[in-house]
Formats: sequence, structure tokens, C-alpha cells
Amino acid sequence: MESVGEVEATAERLATEAGLDEDQTFHIAMAVREATVNAVLHGNDYDPARQIDVIFENTGEDFIFTITDEGRGFDPDHLPDPSAPENLLRGTGRGIFLIRSLMDEVHFRQLHPGTELTLIKHLAPAAGKT
Amino acid sequence: MALTIASREIDGVTVLDLSGRITLGEGSVQLRDAIRDLISKGQKNILLNLGEVNYIDSSGLGELVSAYTTSKNLGATLKLLRLTKKVHDLLQLTKLYTVFDIFDDEASAIASFK
Repeated sequence: MESVGEVEATAERLATEAGLDEDQTFHIAMAVREATVNAVLHGNDYDPARQIDVIFENTGEDFIFTITDEGRGFDPDHLPDPSAPENLLRGTGRGIFLIRSLMDEVHFRQLHPGTELTLIKHLAPAAGKT
Repeated sequence: MALTIASREIDGVTVLDLSGRITLGEGSVQLRDAIRDLISKGQKNILLNLGEVNYIDSSGLGELVSAYTTSKNLGATLKLLRLTKKVHDLLQLTKLYTVFDIFDDEASAIASFK
């Protein structure tokens, strides 16, 4: 799980350096953390022989993280809604919900094997300028 | 920063002062063990002070829910005190705000157990 902390810290640093405010930085770092935890635990089944790749890109308009695992993949469109009354007291199942809530765009791509998850935060014009 | 937990008693209520992060691998297990230890000792009124919890992830949110349901199932009551803005926002986002009794003021929280 050390890699999760490293990726989270890197996301936070990159967001801060890009001039994003505290809330946006928190949202990005948390979404990237949740995506990386999912990749390590649920994607790669905590198998140290499998890798995760994390790619960061700042286009000036978008802040983009792409996280790829080597697992079996899953169907993101058929996950239970953890905010539904019948699911509120479940102890798990909030990771993807949080990622979708905290980022502006989230895209899944099944790689057979593996899942590629792309997280996008749109930058305000001032934040994208260097 | 890892999670630290300090315990104190006020008028029959056990207050757990939590400080740090409640995340997978950094606090979730500590919190679970602390709650189970209290309940096994017969404590029925538990107040989690989250005023110094600056970060919580989906695993930590799940642990709060588990603490709530475990307490309820075993005849104890668990309430929350002093949410930081980040934790407050996450509880609202996930609608867990509707599950917990949440207080800003400790005296009011203690009184609510009577």
C-alpha cells in the first residue's frame, strides 16, 4: 500500500503546483487515492507481480490522471449506488462513487486484462496558465 | 499522520478523541479495535470526537458505518462530534449525514445520551 501513499502525495503536489485551490487539490488527491487503492486491491488482487501505471497530464485546460491495473476488469455501470437508502449502512462500495463525485469526468476502459481509469478535472482558465 | 485515539469518560459517556487520518491501512483497524474493546467492556454510550481528523477515505467512511452498526447491534449508541469541513462534506456527499447523530458542541452531545 506504500505505492498508494506515493501516488496520492504526488497528485496533491501536482495539483498544488498547478495552482488549484485547497478543495480542488483535496478532491483530486482523494479521487486518485481511491482509484489507486481499487487498482491495487480489486484490480490486481494485491498481487505484487502485477503492476499499476499512473500517468499524469496537464493540458492547460484539463488535469488528467490515468490509472491502469492488470486485473480482470469490472462493469462500472452496474455498481450498487452506495447513497441509496438500502445501501447506506454497507461498510464498503463507496470508492467509485466518491471518484465520480469528486472529479469532473471519469472514464473506464476495459483492456482484457486490466482496467484503465481516466480522471479529469477541468481547470479554471487562470489555474491553467503558466 | 496516522490515527491516534485517546479515551475519556464524561457522565457515563466514553469520548474517543481521534486525531489524524482514518484510511485503509492508517486508522481503520485501530478505530474498529477501539470500538469493539469499548463494547466488550460494557460501554453503551460512545462519542467519537472527529475534530482533529483531517482526512478520511472510503475505507474510513465504511469503518464509521461499521462502528455505528456494530454499536447498534450490540445495544450501544455511537454519535459523532465536531466534524472538520472535509469530513462534513464527505458525509454529506455520501448521505451518511442522515445516518449519524452529529454534534458541534460536546456538552450537548453528552446530554443527548441521557
